[in-house]
Amino acid sequence: MIRRILLLAACALLLLAAPPRAHAMPIERVVSPGGIVAWLVQDRTLPLVALQFRFRGGTAGEGAGAQGAARLAVDMLDEGAGDLDATAFARALQEHSISLSIGASADSIQGSLRVLDAHRARGAELLRLALVAPRFDADALERVRTRTLAGLQRQQEDPRSILREAFGRLAWGAHPYGEGAEAEIASVRGATVEAMRGFLARRMARDNLVVGVVGNIDAAALGALLDQVFGGLPARAAPYDVPEARPAIDAERVVVLRRASPQALVMSGAPGMKRDDPDWFAAQLVNYVLGGGGFNSRLMTEMREKRGLTYGVSTSHHALDRGALVFASFSTDNARAGEAVELLRAQWRRMGEEGPGEQELEDAKAFLTGAFALSLDSSAAVAGLLVTLQHEGLGMDYLSRRDALIRGVTIEDARRVARRMHGAPGFLTVVVGEPAGVRGEGG
Amino acid sequence: MTARILLLLISLLALHAAPGAARAQVFEPTSFFLDNGMQVVVVENRRAPIVTHMVWYRAGAADEPPGKSGIAHFLEHLMFKATRSMAAGEFSRTVARNGGRDNAFTSWDYTAYHQSVARDRLGLVMRMEADRMTNLVLTDEVVATERDVILEERRQVVENVPGARLREQVAAALFLNHPYGRPIIGWEHEIRGLTRADAEAWYRRWYAPNNAVLVVAGDVAPDEVRRLAEQHYGPIPRRDVPERVRPAEPVPQAARRVTLRDERVRQPSLTRAYLAPSARRGESQHVPALEVLADIAGGQAGRFHRALVLERQLATSVSVSYNPDSFDLSTFSFGVAVRPGVAIEDVERALDEEIAAMLREGVAEDEVERTKARVRDSTVLSRDALGTAPRAIGADLMTGATIEEIESWPRRIGAVTAAQVAAAARAVLQEERGVTGFLLPRPRT
Repeated sequence: MIRRILLLAACALLLLAAPPRAHAMPIERVVSPGGIVAWLVQDRTLPLVALQFRFRGGTAGEGAGAQGAARLAVDMLDEGAGDLDATAFARALQEHSISLSIGASADSIQGSLRVLDAHRARGAELLRLALVAPRFDADALERVRTRTLAGLQRQQEDPRSILREAFGRLAWGAHPYGEGAEAEIASVRGATVEAMRGFLARRMARDNLVVGVVGNIDAAALGALLDQVFGGLPARAAPYDVPEARPAIDAERVVVLRRASPQALVMSGAPGMKRDDPDWFAAQLVNYVLGGGGFNSRLMTEMREKRGLTYGVSTSHHALDRGALVFASFSTDNARAGEAVELLRAQWRRMGEEGPGEQELEDAKAFLTGAFALSLDSSAAVAGLLVTLQHEGLGMDYLSRRDALIRGVTIEDARRVARRMHGAPGFLTVVVGEPAGVRGEGG
Repeated sequence: MTARILLLLISLLALHAAPGAARAQVFEPTSFFLDNGMQVVVVENRRAPIVTHMVWYRAGAADEPPGKSGIAHFLEHLMFKATRSMAAGEFSRTVARNGGRDNAFTSWDYTAYHQSVARDRLGLVMRMEADRMTNLVLTDEVVATERDVILEERRQVVENVPGARLREQVAAALFLNHPYGRPIIGWEHEIRGLTRADAEAWYRRWYAPNNAVLVVAGDVAPDEVRRLAEQHYGPIPRRDVPERVRPAEPVPQAARRVTLRDERVRQPSLTRAYLAPSARRGESQHVPALEVLADIAGGQAGRFHRALVLERQLATSVSVSYNPDSFDLSTFSFGVAVRPGVAIEDVERALDEEIAAMLREGVAEDEVERTKARVRDSTVLSRDALGTAPRAIGADLMTGATIEEIESWPRRIGAVTAAQVAAAARAVLQEERGVTGFLLPRPRT
C-alpha cells in the first residue's frame, strides 16, 4: 500500500516536472483573399477536412417570446437550399458521405462540416447554399414546424425537461435565458418566413464569424474555400444587445413540482462563473473536487459509493456569454429524496466553508491537465477547440499556457473561489417527482 | 502536460501517411495470443500521444443463469471495488490522478472495461486491469450498496423513459426462448435478489485470460504492447471456461403486438422488430445484403423517410436499424414517430404497405451502388476518432468474428447485388417473424 502511494507521488511529480516547451504551436492563422479568418491545423494522416464555425450572438438577441422562431430558422437551413429541395439536399449529403449540421443556441449559431477530400467541393457548395440560399419551401417548413412542436410538447411531459426548465425559469427570471417550452411553442407556431429570414440576415455575417479547420488542406486551398462558403454573407451582423443576466438566487429556496414519476429528479445550484473570469480554473478545480470528477468526486463518494442513493450525481458550470450558473443534478428513489437533498446541501455548504483539501486540489490539477488531450481525439474535436479559442479570446498560445494556469492555482485561491461559489446565501433546489421528506414551495 | 499537447499537435502535422489511398482493409490491426490464451489486438493510431486500453470478456447478459438476470452488469459495477491490493474506488481514482478516464459497459454478449490515458501510462492501467481480473474482494456491505445504485440506474434509464420500457417489452416478446429477451440491466425483482455469492460465482466462471481479449489503440507499437501484456497479463493462469451455449429460438409462428401506455407520452410511436440472422446464426448468407437494405431504407434520404414523412406526411421521423454483430440471432427493426393528429393505425398500415412494396419491387441497382460507395467512404471516416476502431473490433470479436472477417467487411458489402437485397428482405420481413410495439398516452385519472 505504501509502495503504491509512493508510485503515485512519483507519477504526480513527473506530471508537474514536465518541461514547458514554449510556443511550438502549429496553428496557422489563415486569411482568405476576401478577408475571412480561420485557424487551421494541417493534418495529412487522413484524406478529409473537418470545419467548425460559429456566428457570435444567438437566439437570446431576439428577446423572450421570439427564440423559438429563431431556432426554427436555423433548423431550416439544411431543409432545402439553392436548386435542391429538402429531399435532394439530404440525398446530396448522404451520397457523398458529408456530415453537415447547423444549430442555434442562446448565444450563437454553430455548425460543422466533415467531408472527404474526394467530395470536398460538393461539401463546401452544400454548406454555402445552406448559409446563403435556404429555400423555406412551404411543405418543408410545415414538416419541420410539426416535428419541432411535437418535440417541445414531449418536453412538457418529460420530468428531466420539466426540471431543467423550472430551474432555468427560477434562476434567470424574465431574461431570454430563462425561457421555457411554452413560450417557444407559441413562437414556433407563429413563425413567419419573413421573420425567420430577418433573424438569419441579422445574425449570420462575416464580422461575427469564427472558423476552425483541421485536416488535409493547406492555407491557399482553405482561403479559396472560405471565400466560396462564407463570401456571400453580409459584411456586418446587426448590433447584438443582450443584457447581463444575474441569476435571481439570493437565499436558500426549495421548490417541489409534484409529478407522477418513479424517481425524484433534483437540481440544486447558485450563480456560477463566466469563462472570462480570472478565477475560471480555480472554479473548475473546485468543481472537480465537489462533483465534476466522475467517480472520484465528493458527491459521488457520499451519495453513490457510501449510500447507494443515486446512479450518478454531477456538478458543472453552465457558463453563458451573459451569465453563469453552477449546479448539481441527480435522480433518486422518491422515498429517499429527503436524505439525498439534505446530503447534497451539506456537501455544497461544506465546500463553501472549507474549500478543497490540498491533496484533492492536486488530484484535480493532475486530471484537468492530463485529460485535456483525451478530449481532442478526432478532427472535429480539434476544430471545435480552435473555434472556442477564438471565441473566448484565449490566444494561439493558450495550449502552451493552459497547464501553467491550472498549476498556478493555490490552495488559497481555491478556498476563496469555493467560498464565492458555494458559500453565498443563494442556493436554489428544484425537485420534480413525488419526493418524501422534502419540504418546499410548489412550483 | 505541455509536452503532451505539443506532441499531439506535432503528430497531427506528421506527413508520414499518404492521404487518399483507397484501402482494401478497415483498421489494419495486429493480433497475437499470449501463452495463457489471452488474445491481444493492437491498432496503431499516431495522431495523438494517447492510448485506449480495453479488456473484453466473452460473458454478457445472455450468459446468465435463469433467475439471475442482471448479474453480468452487477459484476461490472463491482469490478470497481476492492482487490487484494487496492481499496474500493482506487482504480478510478488512480486513472484520474494520471490524467485518464475510465469506465465499463455490459451487453448481452460481452462485458468490457476501458481506460484512455497518455501513452506512458499504459503499463499502469494494464497492471491494475490484470489485478482485478483475478484479485477482486467483495463484501456483503459493498454488494448491498451497489445493488441500490443499480436499482436507481434502472429507474433512471428504464422506468423514467417510456420508450425504454417499450423496448424491453418488445425484446421480451420477440425472443420466445433466447435470453436476448431479458434486459441487460436485469428485471427489477431479480436484481433485488442478487447476492455476493451470485457475483462471485459469475466472476469465477467467466473472468479468465483465455476468455478475454485485450484491445489497445493509439500511439503505441505492437511490440511494446506485447512486452507490457506479457508482463502484466501473462502470469495469470489459464482456467477452464464453459462454452457459451444459449437456448435457441424456435421457428417463429405468429406475429405479436405489444402496447404500452404511459401518461408521460405526448407523441405516440410505433416500432416493428423482426427476428433476423447474424453472422453466426440463422440464414447468415443474407447478412451483407441486410446491411445494405438497412442503409437504403433508413436515413434522411432513405425510402421510408421519403414515403412516410415527406410524401404521405404520417410521421415526423423514421429510423431503420440492423446490427449483425450478435453472437446469436439479431433483429431488423423500424421505428416511426407518429405525426400529431394522425391515427397510429394509419401509420402501421402505411408502414406495412411500404414494406410490401419493397418486397414486391425490390431495390434498384443504383441504390445498392450508392450504399457501397458510402461503405467505402465509411472505412476512411472510421479512422478519424480514436475510439472507433477498438470498440468495433472488440464487439466483433466478442460476437464470433475473426480479424480477417472484420477486415474483409468492405469486400463482402462490395459483392452485394440488388437481387440479393430483395431476397434478404423477403427472408426476414415476414409477418410471423415480427413484433409490433405501440407507445401510447394513458389518459390521466
